[in-house]
Amino acid sequence: IETAPPDSGVEERPKWDNKFQYLLTCIGFAVGLGNVWRFPYLCQIYGGGAFLIPYMIALVFEGIPLLYLELAIGQRLRMGSIGVWNSISPLLGGLGIASMLVSFLVGLFYNTILAWVLWYFFHSFQNPLPWSQCPLNDNLTGFNVECVKSTPSNYFWYRETLNITPDIETNGSLNWWMVVCLASAWSILYICFIKGISSIGKAMYVTATFPYLVLTIFLIRALTLPGAADGLLYLFTPDWEVLKNPQVWLDAATQIFFSLSVAFGGLIAFSSYNAEKNNCERDAVLVGVINSATSIYASIPIFSILGFKANTAYNSCMKENILALTNHFEFSDQNITVDNYDHWVEYLNRTSSGELTRVDLKPCDLQEFLDQSASGTGLAFIVFTEAVVEMPGSQIWAILFFIMLFSLGLSSMFGQIEGVLTPINDLKVVPKWIPHELVTGVVCLISFLTALIFTQGSGNYWVEVFNSYVGSVPLLIIAFFELTGVAYGRGMKTFSEDIYFMTGKRPNIFWKACWMVISPLMLLVVLVAYVVIQAQKHPSYPTWNPAYDLFPKTEDKPYPDWVFAIIILLCVLPVISIPLVAIYRLICSRIKKSGGHVDLNPNSNDQINSNHRF
Amino acid sequence: MLWKVLLLLGLSSAWAQKLCSPGASDGYKVRLSINSALGDQAYVWNENEMFLFRATLAFAMRTYSDGQEYDVANVVVCDETPRVSFWFVVTSPLDASLLVDKRRVEEAVRKSRSRINSAFLLTDDTLEFIGIPPTLEAPVAPDTPPWLIAFGVVMGGVGAGIVVLLVSSVVQKIRKKRDGEEETGGKTENEAASDAIYNMSFSDDEPVTQM
Repeated sequence: IETAPPDSGVEERPKWDNKFQYLLTCIGFAVGLGNVWRFPYLCQIYGGGAFLIPYMIALVFEGIPLLYLELAIGQRLRMGSIGVWNSISPLLGGLGIASMLVSFLVGLFYNTILAWVLWYFFHSFQNPLPWSQCPLNDNLTGFNVECVKSTPSNYFWYRETLNITPDIETNGSLNWWMVVCLASAWSILYICFIKGISSIGKAMYVTATFPYLVLTIFLIRALTLPGAADGLLYLFTPDWEVLKNPQVWLDAATQIFFSLSVAFGGLIAFSSYNAEKNNCERDAVLVGVINSATSIYASIPIFSILGFKANTAYNSCMKENILALTNHFEFSDQNITVDNYDHWVEYLNRTSSGELTRVDLKPCDLQEFLDQSASGTGLAFIVFTEAVVEMPGSQIWAILFFIMLFSLGLSSMFGQIEGVLTPINDLKVVPKWIPHELVTGVVCLISFLTALIFTQGSGNYWVEVFNSYVGSVPLLIIAFFELTGVAYGRGMKTFSEDIYFMTGKRPNIFWKACWMVISPLMLLVVLVAYVVIQAQKHPSYPTWNPAYDLFPKTEDKPYPDWVFAIIILLCVLPVISIPLVAIYRLICSRIKKSGGHVDLNPNSNDQINSNHRF
Repeated sequence: MLWKVLLLLGLSSAWAQKLCSPGASDGYKVRLSINSALGDQAYVWNENEMFLFRATLAFAMRTYSDGQEYDVANVVVCDETPRVSFWFVVTSPLDASLLVDKRRVEEAVRKSRSRINSAFLLTDDTLEFIGIPPTLEAPVAPDTPPWLIAFGVVMGGVGAGIVVLLVSSVVQKIRKKRDGEEETGGKTENEAASDAIYNMSFSDDEPVTQM
């Protein structure tokens, strides 16, 4: 890393050690937990192979143009999100603040998820794995009731990890073990951030590549498990009917958008540390394609393992039925097996159907087990952990899996925190004598203290609130304004010149069409549809309530009013800065106009031109 | 005389059979799943195995019940099925027509469960006494939860790393400041050679580029 000696007149911006580090960081930021636990789920529920079509269309017309745009303006204007938008137009300065706020809020709950991953990782060093069996109840006469009614992995997740309360209003107490894990997660993040992008770049060599290694190991292991073929068939069997459902297109567009991690400001920050003349068009296409390829690649081992799990569940179900039959009719042990089960049932039906009805046989349907899909934390911490317990050598697989999740999340967290730190540095609000390490430490400390709300009993509900509302609508709004701001605010002509300066060729008609028309239109449609769908149903959330009649099914409760108010606040707070700053600047310029001559032309903006070399 | 003895023997075995019947109030049903437990290594259930069972149960009664000398003959078995399952009752060694109380049999079986299991190479799941649930093992609670050990190792490393990096950057800054003070009058080789920065505020006294 090259930095200026202390007496130089021009303060040089830190740079990436090499191009590969930069690309790896962008890929690591884009490839996150969602690639592993959201995309396979969407693929499954939306007709397998058929989902790839809206997904690819969204990638080409919405994802990659946005990515290209962010990388280009960051690299050209050489600043974090706040500085960049101030440069493009003072009226758009609020965009940078919005990005920074969203990055901060998303970073809070995202790192909490990493704390959960750490907790599971620490617990994977035991034999037997703690989520494989139920603990005994207090007087050692039987198993814990809550665990028996649900499953051991459910119990471990909801009770021993989260210690979850029945609803979001009951706060519960701070779970000390979660606080400790959260402190660990923030400390690990801090140590990677200490030296700024020089330490991040090096950390990325590990955190961005390790998941691919683990996915490959899992792929090889998973393909040899019984039942893997069922899972894969289920995943990839295309159901073309599903393309007629508009919800599918909406979900494809939102998935691409959130998966690429645009609008956080992190990508702008990363590309601002690049050399000026760098082919960002190729970078954008590369990052976009690799992100989608990773999603598809990750779904193969995930679904093989889910197929294996469905197969195991089906076999257990059959074995229970076989045992019931054998015990009732006093046949010799193992006379009835899974293979000849159907023959036997048919035979018994013919000969002694009266007796047969008295036996309590459960319906065992493989399709039903395969249908039990899950996404998000449910996939990682409940479904997958159950599957891992059935695999021989479970500790190794659990350890590998959780390290992989941690790497995926950590590399995305780098982008979030960079989206907060770079604007702070660029705004120069911090006096120069305060070292960079201290600023980073303070930001991590403040984030850690704020995130303590997620460590209390109701923490998981709050994470869901943040995930659904902060990490969705504000980002769509910011991205829409980014596109229109650059295409119309800066002007396509100036932007084409920028790109010509950086890459040596002007953007072709495809890019221009996307930036000016197609992508903003798609984003607008997605935004409106998203808001309309959310507004139609009164928001409710699933709760884990042991006192519920239908426990272990989750009980759906509506959000209380005060939580609803907080939700609205979370949606509005980040984006309110966009109109506020625009109005403020307009008023300022009007006032100054009456006194003197002022320009809203960005080129005369006095804040930021120090890094430009024309 | 002989036919009287034979009659008595016949009657007593018939009597014993009457004591044992499926659903007897003082009896228990036993179920073995040998093939499930042992697979290829399964042994065939025959009269000898049954004898072993009766002997094991007599041993249990001797050791954990009132100390009387129970014998194989005191354990009466009936209703054997191909499953393998059967009912058994225990008669008192003092009077063959008296059945030992259910609860005493249960207590004896519970206490010697692991011995009975291992005699047949089976487990609590595959050798079932219907009505006598197996006592659950108390969980082995290690002194330090294992997860704290893993946590300690990781966080120790991270903490040490943070301290090392912070100290090294502070030391570097102090060293730079000290070098900077020395330079303002004198020569410097490294800085000018390494930077690619066009920079005017630096006095360049390097012997190679003579200004």
